[in-house]
This record gives sequence, C-alpha cells and structure tokens, in this order.
Amino acid sequence: MAAAAALEAVAPTGALWGLVQDFVMGQQEGPADQVAADVKSGSYTVLQVVEALGSSLENPEPRTRARGIQLLSQVLLQCHSLLLEKEVIHLILFYENRLKDHHLVIPSVLQGLRALSLCVALPPGLAVSVLKAIFQEVHVQSLPQVDRHTVYSIITNFMRTREEELKGLGADFTFGFIQMMDGEKDPRNLLVAFRIVHDLISRDYSLGPFVEELFEVTSCYFPIDFTPPPNDPHGIQREDLILSLRAVLASTPRFAEFLLPLLIEKVDSEILSAKLDSLQTLNACCAVYGQKELKDFLPSLWASVRREVFQTASERVEADGLAALHSLTACLSRSVLRADAEDLLDSFLSNILQDCRHHLCEPDMKLVWPSAKLLQAAAGASARACDHITSNVLPLLLEQFHKHSQSNQRRTILEMILGFLKLHQKWSYEDKDERPLNVFKDQLCSLVFMALTDPNTQLQLVGIRTLVVLGAQPDLLSSEDLELAVGHLYRLSFLEEDSQSCRAAALEASGALATLYPVAFSSHLVPKLAEELGRGELDLARGDESTKCSRHLHCLQALSAVSTHPSIVKETLPLLLQHLCQMNKGNMVAGTNEVIAVCQSLQQVAEKCQQDPESCWYFHQTAVPCLLALAVQASMPEKGHSVLRKVLLEDEVLAAMVSVIGTATTHLSPDLAAQSVAHIVPLFLDGNVSFLPENSFPCRFQPFQDGSSGQRRLVALLMAFVCSLPRNVEIPQLNQLMRELVELSCCPSCPFSSTAAAKCFAGLLNKLPAGQQLDEFLQLAVDKVEAGLSPGPCRSQAFTLLLWLMGLLGDPELGPAAADGFSLLMSDCTDVLTRAGHAEVRIMFRQRFFTDNVPALVQGFHAASQDVKPNYLKGLSHVLNRLPKPVLLPELPTLLSLLLEALSCSDCVVQLSTLSCLQPLLLEAPQVMSLHVDTLVTKFLNLSSSPSMAVRIAALQCMHALTRLPTPVLLPYKPQVIRALAKPLDDKKRLVRKEAVSARGEWFLLGSPGS
Amino acid sequence: MVGGGGVGGGLLENANPLIYERSGERPVTAGEEDEQVPDSIDAREIFDLIRSINDPEHPLTLEELNVVEQVRVQVSDPESTVAVAFTPTIPHCSMATLIGLSIKVKLLRSLPQRFKMDVHITPGTHASEHAVNKQLADKERVAAALENTHLLEVVNQCLSARS
Repeated sequence: MAAAAALEAVAPTGALWGLVQDFVMGQQEGPADQVAADVKSGSYTVLQVVEALGSSLENPEPRTRARGIQLLSQVLLQCHSLLLEKEVIHLILFYENRLKDHHLVIPSVLQGLRALSLCVALPPGLAVSVLKAIFQEVHVQSLPQVDRHTVYSIITNFMRTREEELKGLGADFTFGFIQMMDGEKDPRNLLVAFRIVHDLISRDYSLGPFVEELFEVTSCYFPIDFTPPPNDPHGIQREDLILSLRAVLASTPRFAEFLLPLLIEKVDSEILSAKLDSLQTLNACCAVYGQKELKDFLPSLWASVRREVFQTASERVEADGLAALHSLTACLSRSVLRADAEDLLDSFLSNILQDCRHHLCEPDMKLVWPSAKLLQAAAGASARACDHITSNVLPLLLEQFHKHSQSNQRRTILEMILGFLKLHQKWSYEDKDERPLNVFKDQLCSLVFMALTDPNTQLQLVGIRTLVVLGAQPDLLSSEDLELAVGHLYRLSFLEEDSQSCRAAALEASGALATLYPVAFSSHLVPKLAEELGRGELDLARGDESTKCSRHLHCLQALSAVSTHPSIVKETLPLLLQHLCQMNKGNMVAGTNEVIAVCQSLQQVAEKCQQDPESCWYFHQTAVPCLLALAVQASMPEKGHSVLRKVLLEDEVLAAMVSVIGTATTHLSPDLAAQSVAHIVPLFLDGNVSFLPENSFPCRFQPFQDGSSGQRRLVALLMAFVCSLPRNVEIPQLNQLMRELVELSCCPSCPFSSTAAAKCFAGLLNKLPAGQQLDEFLQLAVDKVEAGLSPGPCRSQAFTLLLWLMGLLGDPELGPAAADGFSLLMSDCTDVLTRAGHAEVRIMFRQRFFTDNVPALVQGFHAASQDVKPNYLKGLSHVLNRLPKPVLLPELPTLLSLLLEALSCSDCVVQLSTLSCLQPLLLEAPQVMSLHVDTLVTKFLNLSSSPSMAVRIAALQCMHALTRLPTPVLLPYKPQVIRALAKPLDDKKRLVRKEAVSARGEWFLLGSPGS
Repeated sequence: MVGGGGVGGGLLENANPLIYERSGERPVTAGEEDEQVPDSIDAREIFDLIRSINDPEHPLTLEELNVVEQVRVQVSDPESTVAVAFTPTIPHCSMATLIGLSIKVKLLRSLPQRFKMDVHITPGTHASEHAVNKQLADKERVAAALENTHLLEVVNQCLSARS
C-alpha cells in the first residue's frame, strides 16, 4: 500500500468522496462512469480517486475491497491514456500485490491490469512482471469465463505492444501460456487463445522444449465438434473455430511430426465432418511443409486419400481428397533438395501411378474415374508432376483406346486424355523441343480424327473438345493437321437434325480455333462455304428444296461462327451481304426464313466484332448502308415486285434487320457514330440517299411524309440505329425528328410503324439530359397521348400510361387488358431501352414501380366490387412475378392475404401467376409461409385438379415446395396430403404425373427416418 | 426380412462394379404439352421412376449399375399391371432384397392405386432368387418390413434425391 500511502497527503474533494461512497457502500453503478468522466474532463486526477478510495482499498471485508478496486479499475479502463509513467508504476505494483488477495477481489484486479496493459506509458519491464505475477498467482482455468477472457486480453495487448520484452522471457512465456489455456472450454475464449498461439508461432516467440506441449494443448480440440446453441448472442459459428484452429495447427512445420499422424487417424474416422476437416487441414499444412516433414508419412497419407476418393459417397470428401493430393504433390515439387537427398516426388508419383494405372484400363468399371481424377489432381500440381504422369499415362490411354472398340468405352478413354491435355495448358514451356506433348502429337491427332468420324455423338463431342485443346497448345499442330481438322469441322457443321449438339459444338470449336489459326480457316473453310452457299443459286431447279434450305442455313451459321478474327470477317461479311443482294436481285427464290437466317448470321458476326473497334467500324460501314439500300429499294412503289421486295418489309424480317443494325451500332466510338448519324438521319428526314451503295431509285424516299406504308415501316431501322447510339452523340435535326416521330406514332393505319416510332421517340427521350428540351418533348407526347389515347410501349410515358391503367382497372370491360399492361411495364423491352443501347436504365426501376403502385393496387382491391376484383389481382400478380425476391420478402405479410385470395380466383392466368409467385416464397421464406399452412394445403390441393394442365403442374410444384416448411408444422397434414396426392398420380397428362410423383415422394419422406 | 446390415462401414461386397451410362431426361413431346391428348403410362415412365433410386452401398444409381433396365419393365396401362425385373450386380449380393424393396416402395408411392405390381429378380441372376421373390411378393411381409425403423431408414435413403 505504498502507493496509497504516498497519495494520502492530498485532501479528497468532497463531491468525489460522495461518489466513491455511493459506489462502494451504496452499491450503485452510476457513480463509476461519473467519476471516470470527471477524471477525463480534468476535475480530479487519478491520484485523487485513489485517495478518496483510500480506506475501502484496505477494508478488511473482501467485498468492500473488491468494490473499491472495481471502481478504480473501471476508471482506469476509461482513462488509461491519461496516466503518467510514475502513476503506472505505482498502480502496477498495487495490482500485482492484490493478485494474492481474496478470490472475490481477483476479477476487479484483472480488469485493472487489463486497463494498464493498454497504457502507452507503461515503462519497460513491467509487462513481464505482470505476466509473471499472473502465471504465478492466478489459476486461470478456475476463473469464470469473463475473467479468463480478461486474462487472454491482457496477454493479447502485451503481445501487440511489448513483443520484444515478452520475447525476453524466452520459453517461460510459452510455457506459462500453455498452462493457462490448458482445459479451456468456452468457444469465445478459444477463439482468442487460438489467436494467441498463432501469434506465438508466426511472430517467432521461443517455444523452447514446449513444441509438443503447445501442440497438445491446441490439437486436443481437433476436429472441432461444436454446435452453437440456438439464439446464440455471440454469433460464433463452428466454422470460425475450425478456421482459427486450423490456422494454428497448419502454421508451422514443427508440428508436422505430431499433426500428420493425427490427421491420418481422423481421415479414417467414420464422421464426415472429421474427414473433411482433416483433409482440409492437410491441404493447409502443405503450404508450409516441405519434403522433410512429409517424408515418413507419404505412404499412409496416400493410402488414406486414395481410400477416401475410391470409396466415398460424398462429393465434398472427394473434392477435398483431391485437393489434398494436389497440395501434397505441389509441396513435394517445390521442395529444395540437398544434393544427396532422394527426390520424393518421383517415388510418390510412381506410387500413385502404380495404384491407379490398372483401373484406367477398365473404362466400364466404377474406379476408372476416381483413378483418373487422382492422377489429374497430382499432375495439376506442377510441370514436373504433369510430365511424369502424362508421360506414363498417355501411352497407356492411347493404347487402351485402340484396344477397346465400343464407342462408349472409347469416349471414357478420350475424356480422360482430354483431362490430361487440359492440364498441359497450365504450364508454358520455353523451349519448343521440350514440350512433352510433341512426342504424342501424331497419335493424338489420328485418335481425335477417329473420334470425329465415329457414329457415336458423345464420342464425337469429346473429340471436338479435344481438338480445341490440342489447337490451343502453341505450335503443336502442323498445317497439314489443321487442314484435316478444318475439313472435319466443315463436315460436322452440316450434320443433320438428330445431332444438333455435335453441330453446335463443331461451330463453337471452329470459332475458337479460327481466332488462333485465321489463315487455315480463310484458306480451307471460307471458300468451301462460299461455294456451298452459291450452289443453290445456280441450280435451284434441281434437288430437294428442304435439304437445300437446311444446307444453306448450316452454311450461314458456319460463316458467322468462324467470324472470330478480323481478317476472316473481311471475307465472310461480303459473302453474307452478297448473298442477300443475290436474293434481292431475284436470282433465287427466298422465303422469309431464309432472309431472317441471313440477318441472324449477320447479327452474330456483328456481336463477334463488337470487342474490336476496327472490325466494329468495318462491319458498321459495310453492312448498315447495304441493308438500308436493300430496304429502301424494297419500299419503292413499283409494279413488278420481286418476291423479296415484299419479304424484306415483313415484320419478322425487319425485326431481324433491327437487331443487326442495333448490334452493329452499340459499340461504335462516339466520333465514328457521329459520322454515321450525319448520313442516316438526313436519309429519313430529307430522303438523301447519296451514301447508299446503289442509289438510283425510281422515286423519293420520304418515310415521314406521305410516303407509302412500306416506306413508313422502315422507321424501325431508324429506331434501331438512333436508339443504339452512345448517349453523347448529337443527333442532327432533333426537333424535326421528334415531331415527326410523335406524329407517326399516333398514326392509326399501321401498328408496326407507329410502335416503331413510339419506341424510337422513347429511346431518344431517354438519352436526353434533363432540361427544357426534354420537358418540351414530354409535353408534346403527353398532349398527343391525351388527345388520342394511343399508348406506345414507352417507358418514359409510363407515368401517364400508368395513371390510366389505374383508372381502367375499375372498368369491367377494359380491366383485363389494363391488367396485362402491367405485365408489359414490368418486363424488359429488349430492343430499345436496354443498357447495351446506352439507354439510361435506372437501377431499381421495378422496385420503385412496386413501392409506388402496389399500395394503390391493394387499396383499389379492397374498395372494388366483387366482379372487378380479379383485375386487381391479375395486375398484382403480374407485378409480383417480375419483382426481385429480396424486395418482395419484407412486403410479404401485407400481400400474402391478397395472394391467398388470388388462389381462389377463377381466372387461370391469375392462378398460374400467383402459384409461380408463391413457389419461390415457400422455398425462401418458409417461416412466414408456415403461418398459413392450412390455407395453402387446401388451395394447392384444390388447384391440383384444375382443368388447366399448367395450373395443375404449378400447384403440384407448390405442394412439393411446401415440404420445405418446418416439419412439425406439416406433419398433421401428412396423411391427408398423401391421400389427396394419389389422385394426380393417375392424371391423364404425363407431365402432371411427374410433378405429382416428386411431390408425393417428398411428403412420404417428411418426418420419416433416413430422410 | 433383410439379412445383414452391411450398409455404411465395413468392406464393400463389390468395390469396383461395372458402371453404365445414364439415359438423359425424357424429351417432352408436343403431344405431352397438348392439354387434350391423354398420355398413357408406358415402360419409359416406369423406368424413369426407378432408375434414379440410389444403390444401398454405392454412390451410384440402379441405372448406372444396370440393376434396372427399361427392357425389363413390362407395363399395361389399360390392364393396370406393372412387372419389373431387376438384376443384382453379383449373384450373392446380400442387398438384393433391400433393392427389391426399394423398387417396390417407390412404385407403391408413385403409381395410381389401381396398379397391380410385381417386382422380381431377373431369372437366373441370383443365388436365392426364389426366396427373395417370395418375400417381395408377400404384401404382409413388405408392410411389416416398413414398420422396421432401420429398414425404413435405408429405404428412404435409397429413395431420397441425391444431394
């Protein structure tokens, strides 16, 4: 009590004395904060507080002493930054001394020491002295959890700030800590303790002779078996403990000799989580271990991993086992060897090969894939491992391929080969001659070509994938190989209907390989395709029409598929455009579908050009004027219409051209787009045709004036162009254009052109910045709409349109149509207002729509008379269907009653849309839904006998989803549901029976053992 | 009724069985989407019910082990009869009864009540073929087996969708 005695000279302040008395004797908690606040504000010093406490600190009654020290500690916790070095020395001496005191006092003493451990002014040497005192005087594990936590905090604080001093303690510190944490049980404390051990190791504290003890005191918790109590306020998950313990165990190679046997033992355990944890920990260890640590355990580790991968039923065990093998191999590959040491990698890999090789020769047996996966996991670890394994496995597999003659066996073998080839892509070899695949190249190629000519589609598919992987190996394939490969791809591109998947894969492969070998494709494939495309044009009289069509179609698809390299685009694009012109000149009979097919090919080429600015401009410059010229030509009033003239103006054909022009425009740079806009807008407004490639037309092109309806339809192409422009491109003659568009959009004669005009108007409005001009245009639109009641699907007019929709829902005749309007508003309009077209699509559009309008709908529903209620329900269910689920969930309680009501609505569309809305809710919010289980079961069962097949299916899917609700809620209904679901098992439609079977099966499993 | 609880731990009777390709999902035809056309219950539909049943000891389906095949399913919708023959992977397979029971239960749960079902071992493929068939045909023994919690647990595991 030297400190207290020294401080007694100063007279206590009256108020302070009163507060202290209230706290110590009056057992009130408030004064502690008050005193701390006063000390912080400078009213008293810590010295004065100690003085005021004076006698209570020395009181013979331990409870009073505890209370006194508690006050002091609480003040210190808040004011430790104000302490002076001299005060700290005294306080530390005092607290160290109190550690010997009565057990009631200890918690407060520890709090005080924790406050002092945070103190910056702590002089050197005292941290060590505090720790020694704690190690000596306190039996930590007999303290309550909170106080144990305090001790760990003191240590953590000192380790953070006094690392050098603590290291001075040498291994004594480690030993002291080991004794302290030995027997810890609380997950909160364990997290801190594991952290401390991790720091001890990673910051290189001396462990001395206590490595094994330190390992024991932590590894006794492995594998973690902890289930957080329900409603755990501390939020500690099992995973947190697993990860922090793993960080400790895998932090040092010095644990290896103890840890590896433990891991091997636990992998062998029956418990799934123990297996997984052990494999994952092994995986983590390999990051710090070397050959030396693993050496003695490799055979056992391999045996355990192999057994798990061979026998497991769990995909996670398999994945973790493979990952562990991968890390083991990587670890062995990277270890630096002493000159005299044996390279363990070779013997380890030889072991793996020996155990797996023979399974590869049995492509029908269960172990073939686990073996291949093990070999591939090891081979993926390093270039050296990859060489070693593939040089052994590839000859074997090549031989096996020829030994087995069945297609499905060959497919399995080729799939394995493919897996090994893919691994080679990970490593780059500097020297061309060193590449291990070169030796096998010829054999691999002949094998792939065999697969490509096999009648089995699955084998062909694997062959195609293998070809792509071989092609991706730099400088592997010779030009002769490529020519052969291109020949095969050409053949596969014309496969018939029943091998669609193969044809698609061949096209994709052509695209992938064409980027790497453009010369091979433009010299061997494009000319053949051109010839094929031209064939029909010459002898249309001969041959079967439908074959010709499908060959043409395949040809077009192949042309667009290979257009992945700029140099190839320069050949394919003219071909496609020329083909379109040929059709236009009437050299061949062309149906709508054929023209659309050409447009679709053009669009795919455009998509492939988007990323490369040069190709993009080339495409735009070449294709857009050509398409416009053809369309304008077609729209001219003329007596001798060629067939195509009409075809080109059909809705679907124009829609296809719209996509081409849109795609060709979106990725243009603003200055190039400006060049283009200066030609195209005058074409439509003034009939200026000078930039079109063939521009001698019989009469003027005036789509907005009194031109023919054919000309007006071409406004769709204008829309495609202007709506896809970047936002900062200025549009010439904007005012005139907008007025013309509004006029046209209200023109009643042709819905196609007025819709196009309305969309175009909306697209332009969307790109305008807010301001007077925008307001004027909006006013223009509103006036026009109000005058004519002719809505375009224009989102900027949504507000006006909406007002009306809200008004109309009450109208029995127009109500259903208005409700469908909601569906339109909530769905995305693909061609005009999309992000890709540089339109400003505000995020959360749907959310805002929802919050703005649903209350009105709900209110309207309650106010409405019985016969128009379905209209409201229909509107609501359309809105909910399109809404992101996270937005919907919080609103659920208010809407649910309405949705349940909608289930009783007799309209099939409402029923279907409500069911499809409820089904995901059952999966995502089972708790809320379980309140209504009674209604849900009844209604779903009723709907499962609806006359509409789609409703029956949806209702049964909901019955299936119901099983996600908490089992106790469902069990009372189980017998009733199982009985009721027997009826749809005999439905006349197979698709309904399928849903009934899966729903009933799940209900049977509810609350039953083994489910 | 089933001997041997060799499920879970212990050595597998047949650790490296032959495996077969799974058939894909049945393509949906235009007729199936037409509200008016009735689709009769055919062999493929029955096969689809049982092909995804899990084997009690392998992480494989009965289809992958070739225990069930579509050609071994006989069905007549108008006469309400189904006959399924299954082929154990080895002639001494102790799981044969359990597999038969799983197939039987799956059909009981999935087919309309009017159907009379017969589940039996493909003739000549199992050592105690006759005994197993007899047990599977005996309604009371099947019912009693399903009262046994342990058996029900294994059967339910075989019938659960694979996670």
